[in-house]
Amino acid sequence: MKRVLMICAIITVLTTVGIVWVLFSESYTFFQHVSIWDFLTDTKWSPVSTEKHFGILPLLSGTLLTTIISMAIAVPMGVTIAIYLSEYAPKKFRYYIKPMLEILASVPTVVYGFFALTVVTPFLQNYIPNLSGFNALSAGLVMGIMIIPMISSLSEDALYAVPKSLREGAYGMGSTRLQTSFQVILPAASSGIIVSIILAFARAVGETMIVTVAAGNMANLTADPRETVATITAFIVNMSTGDVPQDSIEYQTIFAAGVTLFVFTFILNSISFLIKKRFQEKYD
Amino acid sequence: MTNADKNRIKDKMFGYFGMACTFFGIFMLLIFLSDIVISGWQKVDFDFLSSFPSSRPKKAGIYPALIGTLWILGLTAIIALPIGIAAGVYFEEYAKKSKMANFLEINLANLAGVPSIIYGLLGLQIFVRTLNFGTSILSGACTLALLILPIIIVSTREALKAVPDSIRQASYGMGANTWQTIWHQVLPASSGGIITGIILAISRAIGETAPLIVIGAATYITYIPEDAMSNFTVLPMQIYDWVGMPETPDGDYKTISSAGIIVLLMITFLLNGIAVFLRNRWQKKVKW
Repeated sequence: MKRVLMICAIITVLTTVGIVWVLFSESYTFFQHVSIWDFLTDTKWSPVSTEKHFGILPLLSGTLLTTIISMAIAVPMGVTIAIYLSEYAPKKFRYYIKPMLEILASVPTVVYGFFALTVVTPFLQNYIPNLSGFNALSAGLVMGIMIIPMISSLSEDALYAVPKSLREGAYGMGSTRLQTSFQVILPAASSGIIVSIILAFARAVGETMIVTVAAGNMANLTADPRETVATITAFIVNMSTGDVPQDSIEYQTIFAAGVTLFVFTFILNSISFLIKKRFQEKYD
Repeated sequence: MTNADKNRIKDKMFGYFGMACTFFGIFMLLIFLSDIVISGWQKVDFDFLSSFPSSRPKKAGIYPALIGTLWILGLTAIIALPIGIAAGVYFEEYAKKSKMANFLEINLANLAGVPSIIYGLLGLQIFVRTLNFGTSILSGACTLALLILPIIIVSTREALKAVPDSIRQASYGMGANTWQTIWHQVLPASSGGIITGIILAISRAIGETAPLIVIGAATYITYIPEDAMSNFTVLPMQIYDWVGMPETPDGDYKTISSAGIIVLLMITFLLNGIAVFLRNRWQKKVKW
């Protein structure tokens, strides 16, 4: 029986091997046509135009732009909510409010994309006249809202794990809840909170449907959130729905884009895993 | 005003700010849900559920997408559940504290963080092309099964972890071997937690769009899938297709995409509700 169970566990390893194999072998073909140097430094991305450019920078900038906007919303709000729920809120309030926050995380992302495109963008256009119909701003904002519960619940777990004696000590010195939270609890839980932020960042980098629907599909090297951009993920989706012949160099670009995305999220996940391991040892 | 007074005011202010932040997310959710219900509710009826998509939004329906979603849901569950639970049992009960276990652990943590669209690229290359399943329900279900496997494994492990060691020791004391202990004692005792995790994983699979787009699932289908090798579409893909459509004079796409979203959200919320209910019941009932 142990053998059978082990084979099932090994499927997870095979999945990783499969991902790495598929991404690297397919993009190897791609990099035989396009030099890695051009891929990393060319400032234009136009694989299907007559004048072809294969520079990943515009896609990377689009990805980072939407990610940074979403983090600007989700990090302060998520951490504040975590502190509020763990240090301020009555137990009963927490009991009812947490499942409601979890709903935010359970809504399918294509639905958030619809929300960004049909509600948030028209609303923002009243105040920001130059806002394109597809823009990085509303996609980023909505993605931020989606990520709030992820940061708040992981951070709350970290705050909760701080030994009670630290709290009692601070209160005994006459601190208010605010002083206790920010000067004692938050520093003590900092590694757990950083882990939650890194994981959320990786999630935002890999998020697909919100940016595909609401941020557009125009590879655009810009830092202006009002403009239409394309993220790595949105490019892969649009290329998959298009009618580009398979096994052409244009088609191989989705694997080159995929490998960039994978390496990026792999680094982020590994950092968070290392921090988490160290953090656990400290408390055990 | 003394310093202490100032600090007390700051403390109060932060309390209100925290409450405002907490309600902000829920408030946005409410705005959003009401917007969708207002624009789509009148469209959700039997005709909408039982019609095929059409180039005229007024006549369009989600029948093939709904059936496709059920197919994908069933097949994904059949593939992912046994493997996920078995792997979870192996991780938690057999592979503790070895080098191999450590490696499996790191691998699992990384898999859980791989963006869903990458699973799409994997599925495209392995299932659609190499194994030659084509753009079929089987390919889609295999891809989504790999995607939710880490979720099922992690939640199974959490549930197994909650079973106290005394149960295991008692079973060993009666002369049971490891597998008998797991099968007769540990699994029944943790079933509530495992089922909760499974339902959450499946509700995640239902909402996934990106990997299915990448493996090439269709957005416009005018027939009902007959077997696991049929081409298919699912609800989120149908919605994605409609969201991208321009407005037409003959009825508009916002109405039908909203109506599709209502149906999709009803399914996800129902599954999540069941999961939360089971979790609460399980936590209440089992007090070790």
